[in-house]
Amino acid sequence: MAWIDYRFDADQLSLRRNETKQAALPAATAAIITDAMTLIDLANPTRFLTLTSRLLPWLAALTAILLLIGLYQSAVAPDDYQQGATVKIMFIHVPNAWLSMFVWGVMSLAALGTLVWRHPLADVAAKAAAPIGAAFTFLALVTGSLWGRPMWGTYWEWDARLTSVLILFLMYLGLIALWRAVEDPSRAARAAAILTLVGAINLPIIKFSVDWWNTLHQPASVMRLGGPTLDRAFLVPLLVMAVAFSLLFVTLHLAAMRNEILRRRVRALQMMQARQRPA
Amino acid sequence: MTSLAALIRRDIKIALRVGGGALIGVLFFLTVVVLMPFAVGPDLALLARLGPAILWLGALLASLLTLDRLFMADHEDGSLDLIVMSRTPLELACAAKALAHWLAAGLPLIIATPVLGLLLNLDAASTSAVALTLLAGTPALTFTGMIGAALAVTLHRGGLLLAVLVLPLSIPVLIFGVAASQAAISGPLSFGAPFSILCALSLVSFVIGPLAAAASLRHGLD
Repeated sequence: MAWIDYRFDADQLSLRRNETKQAALPAATAAIITDAMTLIDLANPTRFLTLTSRLLPWLAALTAILLLIGLYQSAVAPDDYQQGATVKIMFIHVPNAWLSMFVWGVMSLAALGTLVWRHPLADVAAKAAAPIGAAFTFLALVTGSLWGRPMWGTYWEWDARLTSVLILFLMYLGLIALWRAVEDPSRAARAAAILTLVGAINLPIIKFSVDWWNTLHQPASVMRLGGPTLDRAFLVPLLVMAVAFSLLFVTLHLAAMRNEILRRRVRALQMMQARQRPA
Repeated sequence: MTSLAALIRRDIKIALRVGGGALIGVLFFLTVVVLMPFAVGPDLALLARLGPAILWLGALLASLLTLDRLFMADHEDGSLDLIVMSRTPLELACAAKALAHWLAAGLPLIIATPVLGLLLNLDAASTSAVALTLLAGTPALTFTGMIGAALAVTLHRGGLLLAVLVLPLSIPVLIFGVAASQAAISGPLSFGAPFSILCALSLVSFVIGPLAAAASLRHGLD
């Protein structure tokens, strides 16, 4: 049973990769590799699970506290002289929009981990981040749309920023579709990693071309809040909300990674049980 | 070099001889363009105004239509494994395959453009402007689409997944292709700026496309 324990402790996420590795190597070399595993222990799924189970309650509590503070500050923030109370949508909208791009960055780093180090935890991180990123992007679009109705008089405007966020949303959905299309998780991870990196290169190009397209079609610029010109009364709640939402992402991401690891273990156990059952 | 030339020759031969690969794209292009007047009405002035956009959309969809066979056919008969294992760098082999695909499926679309321009009431200058932008832009569609085709073949899924993955990536090409055509026909802007960016997009895709497709094939095929 030792090999089963080894698998479960160290690297049971990629069953097939281990099988080939162990079959190809003599016993002594395999032992050395198992010893070397202790060096990168921190990144092993079991250590990750114990670490996150301790960390998650604190993170969740911190997120909740910061969110409460941020929401309170947003509620008591003064109305804008032009926009009135609708400016408060900004405190939800801007953190979501910021995270929609940040999550793609996190997925790109995870994609590098998948392709360069072939690390199964990077696969899990990338897979867990995609739906969360899509949700943040969707919320950014919805809150932007609700903000646009009183300000611009329409729910949807083919404004450069809105359009590029919409394309970002489409790319998130494509990535999720890619994850769902394949049964073998490590194979899906590598395909998704390549698409994530291609997206990371393409997103600035898309953003730039949409800007060009928009100035070509609509010379009238929409009113926007410039970052540095933002008053302190708005800036402080906005920053608190941004930190709170980032923490929310970290919490959700770690929880989703835990779930994914456990889901794969359940699947591996079921497969093993099915194999052991007499025919 | 000879192996790449042989690969290109073989792919073009297969595309031209088997199943009408090149002509089916042109036929699809024609059908899309013919459907447009039924959707927007037989107003010649309106069609002339929408002409470049219709031609570009038709070319985009037509190039997407034949793209999922780029690696799939080779995967089915096993020659893709030989290409992956051969001594020729896989990136170059991917680039050669994409070039062959463009010659067989992309170039006929551009040759068909003048005829379709007549249907859309475009004059000679406008039609040649659209054909020129298509000449500069469709390689980018093929080379970025190749990434999606490589991903789809490693996942044994084609069809709609390919479209979902590739279409968002082709937005910049569409924007600058149509912008350059419009600029040449009526626009206040100069033709040069969007056209140069269109060429730049094609050049960037020549680098990214083969690299990503080769990586995907290498990681994805067991």
